[in-house]
Amino acid sequence: MTQTQQVRPSEADVPVVARAIETVASHLHPTPSYDLADYDVPTGREEVWRFTPIKRLRGLLEDTPSDDHLEWKLDAPAAVEVSELTVEAARALGGPAPVDRSSALAVKHSGGAMLIDIPADTELDQPVVVRLAGVSAEQVVHGHVLVRIGRHSRAIVVLEHTGSAQYVAEVTVLVGDSARLELASLQLWDDDAVHLGHVAVRVGRDAEVRTFQASLGGSVVRMVETADYAGPGGRLEMYGLYFVDAGQHIEHRLFIDHNQPRTRSNADYRGALQGKGAHSVWVGDVLIRKQAEGIQTYESNRNLVLTEGCQADSVPNLEIETGEIEGAGHASATGRFDDEQLFYLQSRGITPVEAKRLVVHGFFADLIRRIGVGSIERRLLDAVEAELAKNIGLPAVGVER
Amino acid sequence: MATLEIRDLHVSVEAEDGRKEILRGVDLTVRDGETHAIMGPNGSGKSTLAYSIAGHPKYAVTQGTVSLDGVDVLSMTVDERARAGLFLAMQYPVEVPGVSVSNFLRTAKTAIDGTPPKLRTWVGDVRDAMTALSIDATFAERSLNEGFSGGEKKRHEILQLELLDPRFAILDETDSGLDIDALRVVSEGVNRFRAKGDRGVLLITHYTRILRYITPDFVHVFVDGRIAEEGGPELADRLESEGYERFVKVG
Repeated sequence: MTQTQQVRPSEADVPVVARAIETVASHLHPTPSYDLADYDVPTGREEVWRFTPIKRLRGLLEDTPSDDHLEWKLDAPAAVEVSELTVEAARALGGPAPVDRSSALAVKHSGGAMLIDIPADTELDQPVVVRLAGVSAEQVVHGHVLVRIGRHSRAIVVLEHTGSAQYVAEVTVLVGDSARLELASLQLWDDDAVHLGHVAVRVGRDAEVRTFQASLGGSVVRMVETADYAGPGGRLEMYGLYFVDAGQHIEHRLFIDHNQPRTRSNADYRGALQGKGAHSVWVGDVLIRKQAEGIQTYESNRNLVLTEGCQADSVPNLEIETGEIEGAGHASATGRFDDEQLFYLQSRGITPVEAKRLVVHGFFADLIRRIGVGSIERRLLDAVEAELAKNIGLPAVGVER
Repeated sequence: MATLEIRDLHVSVEAEDGRKEILRGVDLTVRDGETHAIMGPNGSGKSTLAYSIAGHPKYAVTQGTVSLDGVDVLSMTVDERARAGLFLAMQYPVEVPGVSVSNFLRTAKTAIDGTPPKLRTWVGDVRDAMTALSIDATFAERSLNEGFSGGEKKRHEILQLELLDPRFAILDETDSGLDIDALRVVSEGVNRFRAKGDRGVLLITHYTRILRYITPDFVHVFVDGRIAEEGGPELADRLESEGYERFVKVG
């Protein structure tokens, strides 16, 4: 079931790779741009759109503004400064630009960005929680959220999406030097929602960033996560979990750009699929640039296929321009239940259904417990339990926290 | 009186070069209150016997019967066998990441008893059983068998034995890989289980070492998929001095 590949470039084959990359840059990734003209309307044949069900996006990729917006509810400690920026002012902050047509549309038609600003040298004692709710799948909403953490600050930011909408969104995250951020984005949409999102993270010098994506609801969810580093020594951990039901399309595309020396990244995404037409996509692209010496990266995607008729696409890509790294590797595994795990549990009297429920619970809990932020952990465990109750069955005893 | 009865049991596994018969007619009767040791060389089929009784899907019973108080065990699912009172302490317990020991124990206890354990007494029972097996309290929050040392895995199997309290326990090489201290602790756990009375134990082992701590009522020598010789505890002493050689065909 498991395929693991470790990539450790030898000195000998690096120059060839490096030469090729110098000429084409990173071939999978277009140059970031705010200009919509740089992105044609996708047909579905493009590399970055080839897994996405374009037809189900209706007119979302057309250059059409909309007046609709999501309902906002913000819970933030007093030290957090929240303001609205014009599109131009948001752009002037100098953060990473959009990377595809939907993110360019999100910024262009956002009507301005909501800036969540955590000043320098500030340690928040409470998380910043942004609750975004849509009222109807008929509404098209463009949105831009900017999160800025000043140097030496520490914060937890949670973006929670519920209800329904066709939401095209950009989230820009600027993390100052030596700052520490935990960012969670929870896609808890109703069944008919569509969410095309781009989360762009810039990790400051020696900063520590951990992101969590939980995509559980929605009809089509396509999250593009890009990250780069503003200085050496930054550490990035990206986690994701998704539970894909019949007919759902959930896609996570990562691009981690190791553009600075001694930076680190670790990505761990896990999904469970159940029901006819459940489709998950995970693409994990990591680029190690020539100057990024001494970096370490590892990415992993695991999918648990619970029934027939599901499809899990998993594509890790690693592009390496320098051999002077500490380590780089990736693993991808897609499979059914482990019979030995089920046997062990059943040999203790646990029914087959309950055994499966426990294994899936554990599969996700093993990831969730790494978050280390109690409130997010509980929220995600509850969401996973709700999916399990719906798809497999209710627990025989109370769920453990 | 409860009885676990195995009659003319033949078991095969699917191998690369077709079906391979591993058990070739096993006859064994374990009554409650009795401890039977099954000893034999590697590859003789001891573990296959254990897994076949527990119902592992890899093993196909081609002939014979297993019954518990006259009720057919082979037609039961794996979990039904456990709820009927059979327990298998595995040689290689399986890791289940993300499922904590305490969650697992409570779920298993609920499944076996058909009703959730009373929280007030259960927490104390688990704590006492863990203390008796020298298991650290933090163990309860760790993932099931994940990152456990060999000794921790075996102690955790015996912890389950004591808490789930079956009628018949099959211990598959519970002694292998244990140092003397761990062996003593684990053996004490098995002896506490036996002391409850009307419990049967089928102790599968390669070595006589554990029999210094757990005295069997009967010893069976298992060779080439069947029982080759039976006797009392003295048979174990003979095996200790003579080894399995006289049972194993030369060449």
